[in-house]
Amino acid sequence: MADATYPHRWKRPPVLIQDRRWRLAIYGGGLVWLVLAIASIEVNWLRVYEGLERGWRFIEGFLQPDFTSRWEDISQGLIESLTMTVTSTVVGVLISVPIGIGAARNLAPTAVYLVCRAIIAVSRALQEIIIAILLVAMFGFGPFAGFLTLSFATIGFLAKLLAEDIEDIDEAQAEAIRATGASWWQLINYAIQPQVMPRLIGLSLYRLDINFRESAVIGIVGAGGIGATLNTAIDRYEYDSAGAIIMIVIVIVMMAEYSSSHVRKWVQ
Amino acid sequence: MLVSTPNGQPAWAQRSGRAKLALWAGWLALVALFVFCWQIMTKDTIWYFIYDAPRQAADIGSRMVPPAWTYMDRLWWPLWDTLNIATLGTVMGVIIAVPVAFLAARNTTPSPYIARPIALLIIVSSRSINSLIWALLLVSIIGPGVLAGIVAIGLRSIGFVAKLLYEAIEEIDESQVEAVTATGASPRQVIDYGIVPRILPAFAGISVFRWDINIRESTILGLVGAGGIGLQLQASLNVLAWSKVTLIFIVILATVVLSEWVSAKVRHAII
Repeated sequence: MADATYPHRWKRPPVLIQDRRWRLAIYGGGLVWLVLAIASIEVNWLRVYEGLERGWRFIEGFLQPDFTSRWEDISQGLIESLTMTVTSTVVGVLISVPIGIGAARNLAPTAVYLVCRAIIAVSRALQEIIIAILLVAMFGFGPFAGFLTLSFATIGFLAKLLAEDIEDIDEAQAEAIRATGASWWQLINYAIQPQVMPRLIGLSLYRLDINFRESAVIGIVGAGGIGATLNTAIDRYEYDSAGAIIMIVIVIVMMAEYSSSHVRKWVQ
Repeated sequence: MLVSTPNGQPAWAQRSGRAKLALWAGWLALVALFVFCWQIMTKDTIWYFIYDAPRQAADIGSRMVPPAWTYMDRLWWPLWDTLNIATLGTVMGVIIAVPVAFLAARNTTPSPYIARPIALLIIVSSRSINSLIWALLLVSIIGPGVLAGIVAIGLRSIGFVAKLLYEAIEEIDESQVEAVTATGASPRQVIDYGIVPRILPAFAGISVFRWDINIRESTILGLVGAGGIGLQLQASLNVLAWSKVTLIFIVILATVVLSEWVSAKVRHAII
């Protein structure tokens, strides 16, 4: 008799969305969007077919990269990118430290807090490329506009993370320093700075990494660096030089990532 | 630490003499590097343009307002294209990223010496190239248009999704896998019943997060000809129609903020 109540079949419960109606609505809506989206794309398949031969030439160019014939332009772009990366990271960090302190709830008065948070929000909402377009229009072509773009983008990134880190510090140490009668500057110097310094160094190195990657992109809109060289190489269908540039970028990014993770481990 | 002063009285200093010297040398090296880089970078800078910049900024600013609101009629279709580039690109990236992630995770990879390095190489090369550079390449290979944008977004997404997903797979609770294996399940069933339910929330969160980033990136892909609202931006910039540029910036900003809000809501609901 116990057989009648004992379930013999097991049905797998839904994993992600428990409510049946929500599940149907979300999956159904997603499906409708996909169908509409695919239906609305216009693809010139003939052009794509013709392009396959070029794609093959690009892969050939990538397998046999040509470092020598355009080396002058490549090295010039690379130097611009690297110097732009270093200077913009240094300046960006220098500006973002006071803004980060001002955007920390536990240190700054409300007025300062709001102003600093607004600066961070503006810097984070605008993408590097859009800032670069505007700054190139104002400051002319070349790495100086790129330097300003990357510095501006660094502020939003670093100040936000620094402010969050300051808000998360161990309050007991700040209180101990305060109890000695320390001034505000001494509080920052002896209670806050030792706690957040390892993370600040780590974040700066991470941002150095990001800035190099971005410097390869903003050149496309005229802000100097290796991106401009890459853009020219692709426009002239010199795929072997383009392959060489992309390879150099990948190697530098990998090296930067590898060494910065080592330095971060050593600092912490 | 305590150090003694010339008059023999112990005094407190934050750092020892040697640490102070090392710190000072470090700062000096950093400043020297900065000055050196600055010199090289500004070698070819035309300073006249930079002193002139505030005037230029005021000039452009005055042309940018008011935004050309009527131009909006011609932005709806590019906006739809932009959303499609982001969504279909994410779908493509996710479909390719899932097998790559399973090959790259230490606990599910079929061969740690052949498949895993290949999967990691795919992840690294996809991650180090920005989607705008992918788009630049693809536009010159398969021609300008939405398809180039979708493939560029997809290729860039593979590395991101696969990296976060394989880290999630490596962090799963092994005891559940063992329990499923103990029932005599085949390897396919182990993945289906032991691993997939564990990583599905993380997977959904990662996909939505990447979709949000992709919306942000797809708004500018048109600058190199890969479709979407960026094409309109490029066209307006070329003819210096700054009031249209302002409107496009506003539309891009609104789209980005909206997609960020949606993705934050969804991730909050999942996790």
